[in-house]
Order: sequence, then C-alpha cells, then structure tokens
Amino acid sequence: MSYLSGENMTGGYGGADILHDCTIGVEQGEIAVIVGPNGAGKSTAMKAVFGMLTIHQGAVHLDGEDISTLSPQARVAKGMGFVPQNQNVFTSMSVEENLEMGAFIRRDDFSGTLEQVFELFPILKEKRRQPAGELSGGQRQQVAVGRALMTQPKVLMLDEPTAGVSPIVMDELFDRIIEVAKSGIAILMVEQNARQALNIADKGYVLVQGRNRYTDTGAALMANPGVRKAFLGG
Amino acid sequence: MSARVNANDNSNLRPVLMFLAMFAALAAVGLIQSWSLALAILNLCLISAVMSLGVNIQWGYAGLFNVGIMGFAALGGVAGILMSVPPVTAAWQAGGGGIAISLVTAVATILAALFAAKRIASRGLRHLVLMVIIVAGYFLTRAFFDPAVEAIEAVEPAKTGFLGGLGLPILFSWIVGGIFAAAAAWIVGKIALGLRSDYLAIATLGISEIIVAVLKNEDWLTRGVKNVSGLPRPVPYEVDLQQALWFQEWAERFGATPIEFSSIFVKLCYGALFAAVLLMVLWLSQRALNSPWGRMMRAIRDNEVSAAAMGKNIKGRHLQVFILGSAVVGIAGAMLTTLDGQFTPASYQPLRFTFIIWVMVIVGGSGNNWGSVLGGFVIWFFWIEAEPMGLWLMDLLTAGLDEGSGLRKHLLDSAAHMRLMTMGLILLLVLRFSPRGLIPEK
Amino acid sequence: MDGFLNAFILLSNFVLVPGMAYGSQLAIGALGVTLVFGILRFSNFAHGDTMAFGTMITVLVTWALQALGVSIYPLPTALLALPLGILGTVILLLLTDRWVYRFYRRQKVAPVVFLIASVGVMFIMNGMVRFIIGPDDQRFADGERFIVKAREFKRMTGLSEGISFKTSQGLTVLTAVIVVAALFWFLNRTRAGKSMRAYSDNEDLALLSGINPERVVLITWTLAAALAAIAGVLYGLDKSFKPFTYFQLLLPIFASAIVGGLGNPLGAIAGGFIIAFSEVTVTYAYKKFLYYTLPSDWAPEGLTQLLSTDYKFAVSFVILVLVLLLRPTGIFGGKAS
Repeated sequence: MSYLSGENMTGGYGGADILHDCTIGVEQGEIAVIVGPNGAGKSTAMKAVFGMLTIHQGAVHLDGEDISTLSPQARVAKGMGFVPQNQNVFTSMSVEENLEMGAFIRRDDFSGTLEQVFELFPILKEKRRQPAGELSGGQRQQVAVGRALMTQPKVLMLDEPTAGVSPIVMDELFDRIIEVAKSGIAILMVEQNARQALNIADKGYVLVQGRNRYTDTGAALMANPGVRKAFLGG
Repeated sequence: MSARVNANDNSNLRPVLMFLAMFAALAAVGLIQSWSLALAILNLCLISAVMSLGVNIQWGYAGLFNVGIMGFAALGGVAGILMSVPPVTAAWQAGGGGIAISLVTAVATILAALFAAKRIASRGLRHLVLMVIIVAGYFLTRAFFDPAVEAIEAVEPAKTGFLGGLGLPILFSWIVGGIFAAAAAWIVGKIALGLRSDYLAIATLGISEIIVAVLKNEDWLTRGVKNVSGLPRPVPYEVDLQQALWFQEWAERFGATPIEFSSIFVKLCYGALFAAVLLMVLWLSQRALNSPWGRMMRAIRDNEVSAAAMGKNIKGRHLQVFILGSAVVGIAGAMLTTLDGQFTPASYQPLRFTFIIWVMVIVGGSGNNWGSVLGGFVIWFFWIEAEPMGLWLMDLLTAGLDEGSGLRKHLLDSAAHMRLMTMGLILLLVLRFSPRGLIPEK
Repeated sequence: MDGFLNAFILLSNFVLVPGMAYGSQLAIGALGVTLVFGILRFSNFAHGDTMAFGTMITVLVTWALQALGVSIYPLPTALLALPLGILGTVILLLLTDRWVYRFYRRQKVAPVVFLIASVGVMFIMNGMVRFIIGPDDQRFADGERFIVKAREFKRMTGLSEGISFKTSQGLTVLTAVIVVAALFWFLNRTRAGKSMRAYSDNEDLALLSGINPERVVLITWTLAAALAAIAGVLYGLDKSFKPFTYFQLLLPIFASAIVGGLGNPLGAIAGGFIIAFSEVTVTYAYKKFLYYTLPSDWAPEGLTQLLSTDYKFAVSFVILVLVLLLRPTGIFGGKAS
C-alpha cells in the first residue's frame, strides 16, 4: 500500500456514483498526477481521498492508518494539506495573514515554517503585507500553496493548480512543486495540462468516467501511444 | 385513481375545516362577549386578509420581502381623504396656486436633472450641472411652496387648515388608493428591486417611514396629527337608522334595541362591502396564480438563475408583481380609513402594520392565497383577543397576590405587551416547525 | 471677524458636537450590525431592540445602585451598571442563537429566512422590554450633566455664542474611541479576531483551515451584544430611554452600515458619522448662522431649515437610496451578496 492511498473507491456527491472502483496512491517525496478528459472524475477522486464526499465502497489509508471515516478537518490534523481550485485564498487578508490562517490548527511557534514558505516563494515575502486579492493569478496560487504548507503536512493535494495561468507561471509553479516534493512531502495533483504534468510526475493515473484507465510512471504514460493519442495530442 | 381523489379530498378538507373553526371562534366571541364586537373583529379580519393577500402576491409569487407595507396602506388611506372630503375653497384660493407652481417647478427640476444625467458625457461636468440644477430647483420650489403652505394652514386651522379633497363618494377612494400605492410602488420598485433581499427590506422600510412622515407633517395636505375625521360613509349612519320606522320594526323582530341593532346592521353592511372586495381580489389572484403568467412568476422565484438564462426579464416581472401587490395593500388601506371614518397618520406604526401582516402571511401559508386570507383572520383575531385573554390570564395568575400589590398592578398593565411577545413567538414557532404555514402552497 | 467666530461656535454647538456624539452612537450600533452581517450573513432586524434590552438592564441596575446610594460622581452611575447590562445582553443573544438561529444555520437556508426569524425575535425582545420596564420614557442619567456649560464658555471667551459640552457627549466620544480601538485590535492582532475575518472572507476555506465555526459564531454574538448594549446606554444617557426610539434607530443604523459597506467595520464607523452629520446639518435651522455670516440686509426671515426635523429619517434614507443606486457595495466595499 502506498503512503497515501485510496483503494477501490466507489461513490459520488449523493446522487449517482461518479467514481467506480478507483484506486490512486502516492509515496512520500513522490509526485502523483491524476489526468483525464473532462468529467472523468479527477477532482472527485482527490476530494474522495480528502473526505469531501462519502465513498460507500473502498477505503483511504494514510501511513497505514484507515482514515476513511474522518472529516476533512480531521484529515488536515493528521497531516494532509489541500489546495482547492477556486477561492483558495482569503482575498481581504494580507499574504502573511493568509499563511497565519493556514497554520491555524498549530499551537506551537510556526515562524520557522513561515520562513521556509518565504524561502520557497520569495515573492510572497516581498508582498507579505499586501491583501491577497490584489495579487496576480500566479502569485495567488503561490499564496494558496503556501497556506496549505503551513501545517507542515505530509501530503499535499492540489486541485488543478495551473488552471488559468500563463505557461511561464505554470512552469514556475511546477518547479516549486518539485522542490516541495524534494523536501519529502507526498504530492497528489489533479491537472488539466496533462503533458506538462506527466512530465514532472513520478506516477500518473489516467481516469476515464471514474475508473482507472492507465496507471504507470509519468514517463511511461508519455510514451504510451494510446495515452498520447487520447490526451496528449498524438 | 381513487387514491388520488382521496388525497385531494383530504387536502381540500383541511383548509375548509380551518375556516370553519375560525368562524366558530368569531361566533363564540359574539355569544360570550357581544355580536357588535364580533362583527367589528370580522371587519378588521377582512381588511387584514386583503392586506396579507397583497403581501402574498409579492412574497408568494416572486419571493419579494416588502417591509414597507405601512406606507402603501397609508397612501390608500390618504386617498380616502383626498377623494371624499369636500374641497376647502378658501384654502385653495389662498395657496392652491402656489402649490401648483411648486409642483411644476419640482417636476421640471427632476426632468431637467434626468435630461442632464443622460446627455452630458463628461463625469465632472455632469455632476456639477446636476448639483446646480438640483440645488436651484430645490430652492425655487421651496420659494413657492413655503408661503403657499403657510397660507393654506392658516385657513381655519382648528377645523380645516388643509386643501380638502374632491368631494366624491368614498368608494372611489378604494380604487384611487390602489392607484396611489401602485404609483409609489413603481418608484420604489425601480430603485430597490434587483437588490438582494436584505437591501430591499431595508429600502422598503425606509420608504414607508418617509411616506408616513410626509403624511404626518404636511398639514396642508392631510391636517397631519390633527387628523381628518368625519369622513363620508358608504353605509347608513346609525342615528339615521334608529330614526327610521322600518328599521325599528326589524329590530323588534330580532329582539334587540334599535341602538344595538343599528350598530350591528352598519357593521354587517361594511362587512358585506369588504367581503365583496376580498372575494374579488382573491378570485383575481387565484386566476393570475394559475395562469401562464403566474406559473412563470413562480418559476422565476424558484430558480432565478435559469430563468435569467432563458431570457426572462426578471426585474420587469418583479416590478409587475410589486406594483400589483402594493395596489392591493393600498385598496385595503383605503378600506381601513373608510371603516375608521378618519385618517390618522400617527396610527401607521411599523409593528402594528407591516410586521403583523408578515406574521399573517407566514402563519397562514406563504405562497398560498387562501392561506394568507386565513392567516389574516387568525392572527388579527388573536391580536385582538390576546389582550382580554392576557388580562384574564394575568388575573388568574395574580389572584394569590395582594389587591394593592405593585407587582400585580404592573403585571396587569403589562398584559398588553404580552401580545407582542406572543406574536413573535407564534412567528418563530410557525417558521420553525411548520414553515409552509397553515395552508401550504400547492 | 467676530461674526464668523460666533458663527463657527454656533455651528459647533448645534451641529459639530451633537453630530460627533450621535455619529459615535450610530457607529457603535452599526458595528454590531455589520459584524453580524459579515459573519452570520444576515441583516439582524432585532438589533435595535437588542440595544433597548441592554439599556433596560443597565437602567434597572442603575436604579438599584442609586437606591443603595452608590455613586461615582461626576460620572453617571450607569457606567458602573454597564458591565451587567452587557452581560445580560450577551446571555440573551447567545440564547437566541441557540434557540432560533442555529437551526437555520445548520439547514443552510436563504438569508431572507434569517431576516424573518430576526423579525420574530424583534417582536419578542420588544415585548419583553415593554413588559419589564414599560413603554414610557425613563431617566437614569445622573452625575454632572455638563463638562462645559454654554454660559461658562461665553464667559471664558467673551463671545456671544457658547458651546455646551454635555458629559454624556464626552463619554460617548471617549467610549467610542476606546471601543473602536479595542475592536480593531481584536480583529487585526489576535488569532481569534483574524479567524473571524477569515470566516467572514471565505467560509469554506476557513473551515478547511480548521477554524471552528461555532466558536466564531459565539464570539460574534458576544461582540454584537456588547456593542448593542454600549450604543444603547450611550444613546439613553444622552437623550433618554424610551423603548420605541430604539426601534426607530434601527433605520439610521442600517443606513450607516450599508453606506459604509455591509460587513466592513471601518465602513460602519464612517457610515455612522456620515449619516449623523447629514441628519444634523440638513435639519439645522441656519437662521442665526446666516445672521452672523451674512451682511445684515441679507439676513433671512424664516428659519432656513433645509428640511424640518420631522424628516430626520428621510435624510438617512435618501443617502441610503443614493448609495444603493450608485454604489451598492458601499463606500468601503462590503459584501454584495
């Protein structure tokens, strides 16, 4: 079993099931990417791992422990971090306050972690007093990721982090994500930009209609002719 | 097939039973206290029912939370005086001209301002010109208005001191009251609709306070707090009835004195008129509700986003509903003034009017016209009977206490305030445990 | 020159000083409303009667203290009673939340349902206050009435116009400054306060960050209760305590909050002063002022009041309507929806 794994997950948001027997997992220090066509259930799979919807079949394990029944807040306490796709910062609060809020559940001194985040995202240190709402799209994403990192999570989950950003910003963001992974954090990422994402992925999951279609290393999936034709434009 | 028929029977039976219970309660009051009282309550129930119907048109059809009912009812009441009181010629001679001119200048100022707002492109210049127009227009209007008002109010202030009305039969005022309210609703709606519900509520509350403040203070129009009393009636006067021979014979046959009987007879006449209006409005409202127009309104209410996506002009539709509902409230306001025989601006209090009507609508069944009518009856009945019941209860509770005890006196005095608390409690309980009301929307 | 100085003093006495006091009272009231709106996301129509309730408790305790002969002359005894008034109001609002609003919060109903519920709560509070203390005017202010009397002022400066500065006015402004400073310190420098701002900003993200929503709600009602009680007592000391007046205050208070931007504390304060000064300047009779400032043949005959005092509320509403038409999110930009 992987460090973080959701096995054979079947479930949905209350109506029809969206996921069918879906399995995803990621090891510490690894980058796992979930790709697939629109409506494939990519975000749903990640939200299921985070506990934002109930699965009536399957389980989720973190470091061997069964966390299937825990609420998202409880899972954060266990060491999971989540960066939503939209509305992922407190727009009226400053960058620094956003990071402070990220560390809300911590009762110890988190100034060390704050410095680490500033090292990782130097632009945030520069704009620490500015309201997050005034930053550009790419910078906001950095605030969002930084916020999630403040709890010193063991796993970081990102829901389409590069949605709506320019290619240069996307590259920069991916560079940072790689750095975060290097520090030993497991990264699980849903991405629309399949090619660039699989490029940096250690493991890739291709979902179609809520089911696993292809599961392999990033490089292998890139080379796979079926995957190339369907998702990478041949 | 038969199961469906049964279900319909049940759902139609409940409202009928509830109305029957209501009438039984009124009859009980008649028997225990007095028939005159029971009929007085009935008349106000009828008026309240019309008012809650008007509110339900706005709330049930379009989900609009109008907290300014008081103002529209007051406009209806003002129509009462303006239609039926004979004109005070001396006052017209003294200040009528001045008022007319100031009206012209006021309208001209508004038109000029609107014209300038549309035509001038440059923002800075536009604001400057607007300010000049508004300030100049205001002072110009006041220059004609103030002396005219003074002159009018100086004409026999104890008896008149105002312009008077048109001297027409008072029944006209019911329609005109509706028109006044509709006009005000058009203005208010243009400004406030399209805002989120909280803002609409506060805006309507404010507008109605302004309307009532104007009616309270512009003595030249309404005599302000001096009130206009002795309004002409659409029904016979008790004194006249008591003198008539045929009436005295009738009274004997029923075993009542002419005085008692005349009071009951007059109330019955009013009751008949009010009931006629209520039934007409109810019939029209039901027709509208079940028409394609009504279905569209409810579709918009239930899902505004999809309706907008389908190209429905939501703001326009809301405006229609707002105007219609307010017109009905205006008619009810005129009816109330007719019943009172006088126009008392100070009586338009938000708690007594606006919020009680809302309790009627919610308790009766928001979205259901029959429900609002029932709610009007039930809540008004309760509001009136709560005081004697409260006193009786207080009497019972304090029976153990000393006759002269301060606490006892205080509790007895405060029985009236218990009405407010119980009203609030009823609203909260219904909202929580039976939010669809006594007669739910189908 | 003398004329202008007199004119300025006159204006200060009848416009500036009352405006500052009234503005502070409205500001504190509006802060309560805007906090509830920002965090609980509904307009609390019961706020005016909450103020009445808080003032009522304070009045009753004040009477008790006065009967016992307790006094802190020259300050009004009501200040001693105020903490108990605040406590009573806090308990009332917490109970109201527990019994009324919590249910709807869990159900995630539309904001208008909260509004209707707050109307029900308003009825109950209104009835309670009238039941306990009666609907009449109650006086409970004591202590030194004036800090500076007009007569003394005239004597000191030799001018023909004087400024009178009542103790209640001074207290109002001072309390307002303290309250606002404390509130802003709380919201911007403490963890709890920041969590409230976060919750108001983005509820889902706040929950995700582990912020406890019930705790935020608790703090909100506590603050709203304290603000309501303080505003109510200050107003009551300045004018007098009459339950009906507090319902009427609801309107300018909401106008202040909306003008400044619903949900924005800074806006509530600015709005309070804008509304207060507008009301006072528009209804002031400028006759004497013009007499001092204009050459004598231009002196006006009438009172030169822009609007009669009866139309005080019309002023706040015209401003409110203008703001709603031109800039619905308010001057400082609050929550639009």
